[in-house]
Amino acid sequence: MSKNYKNLKNLSEKYISDIYDNKVVIKVQTGTSGQAVGADEVLKTLQAKNSNEINVLEVGSMGLMYLEPMVVVSLPSKDKIYYANVTENIASEIYDHYSSKKTIYKQNAFAYESNSSLDVDFPNINDLPQFSNQLRIATRNFGDITPGDIYQYINNEGYAALDKALFEMSPEEVVEEVKNSGLRGRGGAAFPTGVKWSFLAPNKAATKYVLCNCEEGDPGAYNDKGILETDPHTLVEGLILNGYATNSNKSYVFIRQGHDIPINAIERAIKEAYDNGILGENILGSNFSFDMEVSLTGDSYVAGEETALMEAIEGKRSTPRFKPPFPAASGLWKKPTNINNVKTISYVPEIIKNGSEWFKGTGTEKSTGTAIVCLSGHINRPGMYEIPMGMTINDVLENIGGGSNSETDIKMLQTGGPLGGVLGKEAFSTKIDFDEMAKSGAILGSGGIIVCDDSVSVVDLIRNLVAFNQFESCGKCFPCRLGNTHMYDVLDRLCNSKSEPNDLALLERIGNSMKIGSLCGHGQLGYNPISSSLKYFQSEISDSINNISEPLEKMLIPTRTRPNNLE
Amino acid sequence: MTDNILDSDSLRSSINESISNQKRSTVTVLSSLLAVQDSLHYIPDEAIEEIASFCKVTINDVWSVASFYTNFRFTPPGDKTLDVCWGPSCHINGAQKLITKAHDLLDIEGEGESSDNKVTLRYSTCLGACAQSPVFAIDHKMFGKLDEGKVETLIDTLKKE
Repeated sequence: MSKNYKNLKNLSEKYISDIYDNKVVIKVQTGTSGQAVGADEVLKTLQAKNSNEINVLEVGSMGLMYLEPMVVVSLPSKDKIYYANVTENIASEIYDHYSSKKTIYKQNAFAYESNSSLDVDFPNINDLPQFSNQLRIATRNFGDITPGDIYQYINNEGYAALDKALFEMSPEEVVEEVKNSGLRGRGGAAFPTGVKWSFLAPNKAATKYVLCNCEEGDPGAYNDKGILETDPHTLVEGLILNGYATNSNKSYVFIRQGHDIPINAIERAIKEAYDNGILGENILGSNFSFDMEVSLTGDSYVAGEETALMEAIEGKRSTPRFKPPFPAASGLWKKPTNINNVKTISYVPEIIKNGSEWFKGTGTEKSTGTAIVCLSGHINRPGMYEIPMGMTINDVLENIGGGSNSETDIKMLQTGGPLGGVLGKEAFSTKIDFDEMAKSGAILGSGGIIVCDDSVSVVDLIRNLVAFNQFESCGKCFPCRLGNTHMYDVLDRLCNSKSEPNDLALLERIGNSMKIGSLCGHGQLGYNPISSSLKYFQSEISDSINNISEPLEKMLIPTRTRPNNLE
Repeated sequence: MTDNILDSDSLRSSINESISNQKRSTVTVLSSLLAVQDSLHYIPDEAIEEIASFCKVTINDVWSVASFYTNFRFTPPGDKTLDVCWGPSCHINGAQKLITKAHDLLDIEGEGESSDNKVTLRYSTCLGACAQSPVFAIDHKMFGKLDEGKVETLIDTLKKE
């Protein structure tokens, strides 16, 4: 028995009024980042208490991770009070306070949200630059709803875009809308999404797949897993729209085993979608049927490459395939396949709901929409922020990130993952969009921005990046497998003041061989960390080459190899 | 010897239980290996054989996959697994010092098990909580904003458990 959207809306309204009406709702922001600083214990403390006046909700992170564990109290008046760095004790006091008093509990409160101005000594959240400078499209529900809870998602206009597409738009119109929005792939390649979809759509094959890539191996980036664990229904809705637009029947959400929090959230979302007629046969009473499943992979960074990913879903070693054939012609199990990154898909529901013209009005002309950046390292406000494309790096670092968290200035950034680049101060005026970032020598890639102050040595940083790349090479192409190891050895002797005169030329030669001789980006881009660093830190690197720098400490890295050295 | 055979039999039945009751409908060599690792925390030789016959492929095919993904291990791990992150965010926030500290406290060199087999130490390329770096994880539970003192407390509790 399939439910239509109106039924679901009604169910959702009832569900929401049971939670909120005349109640104080205490929302605890859990998730991977929150868990790391004790959010689970805060949640348990609150759930152990009992009052008829109060409901406790588990929600995902709103991105202000430096303030975690975070708790938001939503009052019956709809005003909200935001609490930072909440301990189990403070959580307990918050609960006890609101179960007996109508006043505002002020300890650890850092912001409020209200239509009127409250008489408190902390600001409205909309006056905080790290919040007000964001444009939250894909992350619009972050911190507000319980991950995977379908009725909370529907109450925030969730699945309205799906209902609109299924009953008011043809698949071709959905493709056109995505094309016209200017949406480009957020996985690194920045290819126009609608164009990619249009390769698969006309194919008349009986079985076609759409895949969603959440094999987010980039150190410093956690926004894909962030979307999965915070608002998985946005992804489910976007993926169904992707399937409808391309006349596909089945999708896989691909993620690495062990990331239990995002895996559990997406599985709950998929289950609730099936239970409510949003997945399976005749979705929302339409003629469209679509299935979705989670596919787990083992530890392998290259599994994030689109053809390697298909190998992994098929249960094999995740090594890249030769192209052509391209996935749209022959992909998963040789069937026509379309594959997109989590972030890319997460924009689709809002694009369909609000129209492509609206989306085109955000960001820049060639890079529409937003970037979801993950700040970490030597910065005051590490966290996940959705910013309009076109904002300068400097604005992100200062207005959003609050600048360096140490005595010294920000010296450099590492962006776009370990195959991305290293940027110096001269590049901080660069606008964050796909093309401007590429010109500066780095890539926006997955959106990870690792901030380094003056204490970080550039050769030490690139040694770390290249160590990652050599550890993660899948080994299929020898220039990548041997090249990364060779580059690591050279960088290691640079760090130990034992470099040889032609080491720089040697690195370049290895890098070029990798570029020419590797099937996928892992080898092709492997020289990027070095070439981009040379652009900004030539003299510092020269000092290492000439062995006038102090030797650095030995770096501890895994000695495991791929294939695994069996005992 | 008898013990070994008995062990091997019960091992096989437990392996077969995990590979024939997989949660997701798409069953492959990789999904079967992950299912075994999930329940036993390592891949015994018996699992390679059982998976080969279950998926109708050769033992070599299964080894090929098992030896590729770096999460698979072929000997039983310690009671608890400590993942230490050496990714760049953690690295620039002092991870190397903390890893050395963990090595000293557990008397482990590189990766491996403590002598009492209570703890396995493993390097992780990124645990995904970079905003709270440096980060360690114990059996997938994250611990962030670490310093040497916190690592000491963490390992003390690990040793006592």
